[in-house]
Order: sequence, then structure tokens, then C-alpha cells
Amino acid sequence: MDADQIETARQFIEALPHAAALGLSVVQIGDGMAEIVMPYNPCLIGDPDTGVIHGGAVSALMDTCGGAAVVSHPLSGGGTATIGLRIDYMRAATPGQSITAHAVCHHITRSVAFVRATATDDDTDRPVATATGTFTVEQG
Amino acid sequence: MARRPPEPVQVIKQRRDAALNALVSGVPYISFLGIRFDRRGDELTGLLPYDDKLIGNPLLPAIHGGVTAAFLEVTAIITLSWSWLWEDIESGKLKLSDLEAGRLPRLPKTIDFSTDYLRTGLPRDAYARARVTRSGRRYASVHAQAWQDNHDRPFAECSAHFLMPRSDG
Repeated sequence: MDADQIETARQFIEALPHAAALGLSVVQIGDGMAEIVMPYNPCLIGDPDTGVIHGGAVSALMDTCGGAAVVSHPLSGGGTATIGLRIDYMRAATPGQSITAHAVCHHITRSVAFVRATATDDDTDRPVATATGTFTVEQG
Repeated sequence: MARRPPEPVQVIKQRRDAALNALVSGVPYISFLGIRFDRRGDELTGLLPYDDKLIGNPLLPAIHGGVTAAFLEVTAIITLSWSWLWEDIESGKLKLSDLEAGRLPRLPKTIDFSTDYLRTGLPRDAYARARVTRSGRRYASVHAQAWQDNHDRPFAECSAHFLMPRSDG
């Protein structure tokens, strides 16, 4: 991807209505790899006692980041849709910290793209969640 | 032998609805997505009314896959918590005044969550129901399915594992 394509992809992803509602911003995208940040937001709390973000918001972040990695792959035709997504939640994200997802499209066929993703907060050595996903590949 | 008269129906309904409302309205993220729950006896149905901010791909347009996953996860965790708390709600062990004041018992935590996307989520209301396939002392397995216009044509389903709260506090 050249700089213009990267900028176009970044703008497209950040303009998706639900991505905008979550306040997602694209840090990096290109060659089947994407990194997206979700800032801490009290609206996304799942446990009011602790202020920990709901797992569902982490799922939405992982799904967006996985899809972004797929569309940025050189062999991808453009759009994509999620076929399956599995997420393991290792620990609660620390309240007040943003969550960053990093996704890699590690294999792609004419029909299916395979993705691995990790989500971390400020403590980048201990992931909050990991995910594996499969996505559709559109014929370009 | 004198049998205790059954509780008046409105007392039962008020207790159950107040408990469910306390469980759902205490979570900001559930309000953020606009999810509500419909109750028939102990059976719950999650409702996700359509909203523009739930859209992922504006070109189709389609509901964001992350929203679909979150809707299934919320339905699964509320249904699991509801069935776990049911006896304490019915027996009065769980005080309504505590629930209404936001003093909720500890709720199950998601361990893992796997979503199958069966069809495109259309820009309209969605519904979901969950079934607790096993609820043990430490772990629970839950399956949930979501549909839109036609119950026989689900657009997504999930299976998930949860860590149950320790009953010794």
C-alpha cells in the first residue's frame, strides 16, 4: 500500500459509524497488518463497580482491527465480512487506559482470510485478550 | 392443613422485573448499545433496536460484526446471571432494595467467546436468546442465537464459556 491508499483506508475505517461511536483511531495499517486504538470511555463500562470495559467493546475493536488487516492485504479485493471470530479474555483491561488491538492477516486464499489479533492496555507484556478470526475475501 | 395462599401476581411480576431491570440498567455498555430485555416467566429475549451508530459497513449497509458479537455476549451473560440468581430472587434472599440501589452480586466473567456470522446483519431491529447448556460451580457454557425478521433464519450465533463468581464471596 502506498501512502495515499493507507490514508484512504484509515479514513474509511474511522468513518464507519460504529467505529466512530467507539472513538476508534487507526495507528497503523498496511500489508495485512493493522493497529487500532480504542480510548477509555465510561459509556463502554461493563462492570460499574470497577469501571472495567465490557468484553463486547473489546470484541468490536478486535473485529474492526481484523477486518482492517484483511482489506490492507495485497491479495485482498477490497471489502470483507467476518465469517467467524473467537476471543479469549485473559484479564480485565485496567480502567482509565486505552485498549490497542494489533491484527495480522497471516494467510489468505481466494475465498478466506485468516487473522490473529491481540489486545493490550498500557501493560503491553500481558495481553488483555487474543483473537483468531476468519474473514471473506472479495474478488478484486 | 392451612396452605399458604399464592403470592399476588403483581407482587411476583414487580419483584422479577425490578431484579431484571437492576441487572441490565446498571451496565453502561448495555445502555450504550441500546439493548433491552423482554421477560416471559424466566425466559429472556434480548432486543437490539436499530440505531445508525450500530452500522459497520455503510455501503451495504450492515450491522457491525462487533455489535453483533457484543449483543450475543450481553444476552449470554444476562441470561446466565438471571438463571444463576433466579432462586435467590424468588426466595427473597436477594433483597430488591439492594438491587435497586445498585448493589449487585458479583456476575460471571467471560473466559472465551466464539461467534459465527451466518448472514449479514440488516439495518433493522435484532433479537437474541441464550441457553445455558451447563452451569457448574466454577464454569458455565452458554449458547446464544440472534435473528431479525425471521426466527428460523438466525444471522449469528455464539458459544461461550464463563467463570462463575465464587459463592463464598
